Amino acid sequence: MTSLPAPAKKKLGLVIDLDTCVGCHACAVACKEWNDGGDFGPLADDDPYGAEPHGVWFNRVHSYEIAPHPNPPPHAGEEKVRAAHAGGGGPVPQMVHFPRSCLHCETPDCVTVCPTGASYKRAADGIVLVDEDKCIGCQLCAWACPYGAREIALPHPKTSTSDSSRKDSKRGTMQKCTLCVDRIYNETLDERDRQPACVLACPTRARMFGDLGDPDSEVSKVVAERAGFALMPEFGYRPVNRYLPPRPRRDGSNATGATAAPATETLDAGKLPPLLRWLDKALSR
Amino acid sequence: MKPALSVIFFTVLSGMGYGLWCLLGIALAIGAYPHAGTGVLVPLAFGFVLVTAGLLASTSHLGRPERAWRALSQWRSSWLSREGIASLLTYLPMLAVAWYAYFGSAGFGLRVAGALLALCAFATVLCTANIYRSLKTIRAWRAPQVLPLYFMFALLSGGLWLWSWLLFTSKGATGAAFPLALLALAVIAAIIKFDYWHAIDALPANTAGHATGLEALGAVRAFEGPVTEESYLTREMAFVLARKHAARLRQGALALFAVLPALGIAIAVLVHAPWVAPVVAVACVAGLFVERWLFFAEARHAVAAYFPRFRG
Repeated sequence: MTSLPAPAKKKLGLVIDLDTCVGCHACAVACKEWNDGGDFGPLADDDPYGAEPHGVWFNRVHSYEIAPHPNPPPHAGEEKVRAAHAGGGGPVPQMVHFPRSCLHCETPDCVTVCPTGASYKRAADGIVLVDEDKCIGCQLCAWACPYGAREIALPHPKTSTSDSSRKDSKRGTMQKCTLCVDRIYNETLDERDRQPACVLACPTRARMFGDLGDPDSEVSKVVAERAGFALMPEFGYRPVNRYLPPRPRRDGSNATGATAAPATETLDAGKLPPLLRWLDKALSR
Repeated sequence: MKPALSVIFFTVLSGMGYGLWCLLGIALAIGAYPHAGTGVLVPLAFGFVLVTAGLLASTSHLGRPERAWRALSQWRSSWLSREGIASLLTYLPMLAVAWYAYFGSAGFGLRVAGALLALCAFATVLCTANIYRSLKTIRAWRAPQVLPLYFMFALLSGGLWLWSWLLFTSKGATGAAFPLALLALAVIAAIIKFDYWHAIDALPANTAGHATGLEALGAVRAFEGPVTEESYLTREMAFVLARKHAARLRQGALALFAVLPALGIAIAVLVHAPWVAPVVAVACVAGLFVERWLFFAEARHAVAAYFPRFRG
């Protein structure tokens, strides 16, 4: 049933600290490893050891460079900023690493657009899942998600792998983060291991797991304390996961107040398939 | 968005078939259709071929086409599910029209069947347009022009074929009202499409700063993507080719789906030249393939803002 369940009190999710994330990709690798072998595994790959490896990952880490506002407002660290500027160029850019995965939204369109009932939100804890046995691979749910949380297991892999028989049941179906539903309730695991694999793997403890519906939980407290924010709230999907912003620099050079400047779009024709490359060439004349 | 050929074939061909059925159904319902028997069955069958070819093409967009029947279950929330149901339901009045036409009974039953055929065909195109219109992540498809354009292109492309059939079977004795209505439709569709292109060009860019929620800290630039290779997301949702060549492709589409049909209709109305009709009907289909390719390829998905290749 792809109609949304009544809002649950329990909202399991992640809190990701952009201040301490060092961009090591350990969460992404641990996620891939667990989900390649757990109850939901394996995660389909295409040409994994070839020239152009391609595969499903539930968790992906981006890196962003933030050029601070050229004229930071008068601040305690003003002299230091001036000293930094004296060395030439503007303020020193800040690097922020940004893990991106399913936010287990409260009212997501990825569930309601599904024509088959394969995409669903659990009433008990709010986890958004895909029933691979029902999914027809129309990809409408991936189109409906602004956070890029869903990736399809390609229906026609270039290379076959040794465990192709198991992978075949997933081929052509949509894949996404399960919040390690096969770990967090898994009584065969030690209690402290009943957390998502990405959370356990993080060397800087930049990822926290808990009930964001409970105002007294550790995750809710840290969100309140550090002004945790939801991504792109204007879509109205009400993400459960929260991101903690980078703490202010001591020199104040990342003080708020600037806006991003759009740059221009580029196309690398060399990467296009032959037909489109020809089309690009023909149209460029 | 990646312009998948299967979906382009689906929306163009099925749209054309439903447009043809819709006009045929209306003409039968109001008693304005000049033929009976084979004169009804031939365009009806042509519509059947177009609709069915389009629907079959759409299943090749699925990762698991053999499970397509499951898509009929979630009509309460999903426009794709509603589209599937409407498309199958439309075959029922089509069969009824075929039955009445075959057995030569042109009475009340044929009129009701014709009206139902027009209504179901209209509903299916409505559902198709809403599959795209319902996606908040792709702002170009939320534009108010999207829904009327799907109807107009269905009626125009299907109508040109129906007009071709009428010209050949009536030896040029058809009135000028129908072709002139098609001419008006081509002009209005061109104006609305022009307005749509203008509107999507004016949409503000999705920025990495906004997507990450970090824009307050400064100018956010995607420094490094998660992987060095392409991923499903960059292949599917960060398609750049079309926007580089948008101006020329738009001119080509406009010339094919609006200018040539309008000229052809004007010629055919003024002088006896029935051969013009199928030529401009083919031109219109070609124009719609380009138009639909652009509809997908030009649409920017919100998720693309996270990736380095995509700027603005």
